[in-house]
Amino acid sequence: MENSSVAKIAANPKYQRLIKTRSRFGWLLTAIMMIVYYGYIAIIAFDKELLAARMGDGVMTVGIPIGFGVIVFTIIITGIYVRRANSEFDALTAEVIKESLK
Amino acid sequence: MNGRHVNIVGGLLLALSLALVSAAALAAGADLGQAEKQPTNWTAIGMFGAFVVGTMFITKWAASKTKSAADFYTAGGGITGFQNGLAIAGDYMSAASFLGISAAVMISGYDGLIYSIGFLVGWPVITFLMAEKLRNLGKFTFADVAAYRFKQTPIRAFAASGTLVVVAFYLIAQMVGAGQLIKLLFGLEYWMAVVIVGALMMVYVLFGGMTATTWVQIIKACLLLAGATFMAFMVLANYGFSPEALFAASVQVKATVATAAGKSPEEAGTLAQAIMGPGSFIKDPVSAISFGMALMFGTAGLPHILMRFFTVPDAKEARKSVFWATTWIGYFYVLTFIIGFGAIVFVSTNPDFLDAKGGLIGGGNMAAIHLANAVGGNVFLGFISAVAFATILAVVAGLTLSGASAVSHDLYATVFKKGNADSASELRVSRITTIALGVVAVVLGIAFEKQNIAFMVSLAFAIAASANFPVLFMSVLWKDCTTRGATIGGFLGLITAVGLTVVSPSVWEVTLGNPKGSALFPYASPALFSMAAGFIGIWLFSILDSSERAKIDRAGYLAQSIRSETGIGAEGASGH
Repeated sequence: MENSSVAKIAANPKYQRLIKTRSRFGWLLTAIMMIVYYGYIAIIAFDKELLAARMGDGVMTVGIPIGFGVIVFTIIITGIYVRRANSEFDALTAEVIKESLK
Repeated sequence: MNGRHVNIVGGLLLALSLALVSAAALAAGADLGQAEKQPTNWTAIGMFGAFVVGTMFITKWAASKTKSAADFYTAGGGITGFQNGLAIAGDYMSAASFLGISAAVMISGYDGLIYSIGFLVGWPVITFLMAEKLRNLGKFTFADVAAYRFKQTPIRAFAASGTLVVVAFYLIAQMVGAGQLIKLLFGLEYWMAVVIVGALMMVYVLFGGMTATTWVQIIKACLLLAGATFMAFMVLANYGFSPEALFAASVQVKATVATAAGKSPEEAGTLAQAIMGPGSFIKDPVSAISFGMALMFGTAGLPHILMRFFTVPDAKEARKSVFWATTWIGYFYVLTFIIGFGAIVFVSTNPDFLDAKGGLIGGGNMAAIHLANAVGGNVFLGFISAVAFATILAVVAGLTLSGASAVSHDLYATVFKKGNADSASELRVSRITTIALGVVAVVLGIAFEKQNIAFMVSLAFAIAASANFPVLFMSVLWKDCTTRGATIGGFLGLITAVGLTVVSPSVWEVTLGNPKGSALFPYASPALFSMAAGFIGIWLFSILDSSERAKIDRAGYLAQSIRSETGIGAEGASGH
């Protein structure tokens, strides 16, 4: 890439908005995922009884829906990012690319 | 060119079928391996044969499309996000995870779920922080991304080392697993199984490159998901689709077993209920966090997975592929959990599947295989056995391709030829490397037959997390990262991960046979410490770096970040 076009794109307010919004969103979701997973691991490491507690009269424990919940949550949070990135962020990217060619 | 390929493919096919026939003749002999050899299973061999024939046709078709280095490494960039998601999931759903996790669930219940969750949670993080940047900066290998703005030689040399070390450990684990498993499932000799895996894998990679490797992986992923879905469905159908009823029956079985072993009813009840909650899998918080980090960030540093990001046309498809990969892998782990509980009920106390000592016939990892027999009969057993073999084959093909590309693209074309190698000679080097890696994999697979190799996959993950991931991450996201910092830090992470693994209990005591308690490093995984070594190394040697090269490295960040964010100038889909 030419130095002049690098400088031009870097100065484009839309580009700045794109990288700011997208990286903030990415890091936010990363933090949430970390909290969920390491929170789950920390519960297991420090208080196994919590997850082994039965939910009702049967054998079902709290840990089963929580464990499956982590799996489903992982899929959903990935979907949330991909959906926003493939619509909103990609539209913004397309505008930045278009303006860089002018 | 194509005609010759076809003849070679045909010849190998013939040789293979001869090998299978003679193997069957030899199958009666006794064996001293860890896994007991089973009677020859003709249904399984027939189904596997059908898989091989089908994939050979794909390889033939792929060979006609594999003309340039780009075709060989990345299937010409023409794979869709959905297809690539299945292929990534296929790379991830190895035989070890299918058989190992379902067996772990059968034995200890809930702990198997904790283990599998660790393998899943790295995917969103890759999606959020890396996927599109990888796609936008990369071409053939992850070193293309890591070395984008740096001096090529040192970073490429590091990345090739990181790739080959990870591939080597992963490959040995797969080859040994293949030998043991096929001895069990098909009743073939161990060495023969290893040779068959090596030979077939070489055919896929040599002639079909990434196109064949990807489609073999996609087909296998579909077969595995379909088979596992059927098993989980049949298990649940037996309990009126009530998980509570399945779990209650499983706890009941465990209680009966404990009572039979002489426990009082109260003790037996407590022991049995323990499968419904966390057990001894996570012993101390440091091991837990460290192991979690190896799995989470190791995923983002596995070369054969990273390479798949370059097979899709753009960042949008790259994101879609991780979403689909996450979905399929998550679904697969839910299935293995149900399959594990199904094995408790239908396999663990069924005398048909137990040997004289009360263990599973063929060894602990056979839980899912016996369950296939219990819910689907002999034909379905053959199907699942064939899928397990196909799984190993597809994973080794992906690993070999990524090892070959590290040698031909990073070392040969970039380091030795300074980027001036033409596509044809690069392609030739990658094919020679494929043969070399195939031979090495077979030899090591046979050499490690009797070794305890349980640590090897987690070591591969730990190295990927501590060496490849920090370099990739810092080079893409940190402006002040320099060539010197990335190279030294990367090697520090690599050496620390390997060193700490050697002095950890699983290698020092279990594999090397030193007395219990003598291991210097007490934790299950080195990742917490070796990742820190990698990251701190990169940071320290980058900020201390005041060389001329460091100025160029830092000045290159802006252009790199614009390309990584927007895809301007990215390697396009080179559809022919």
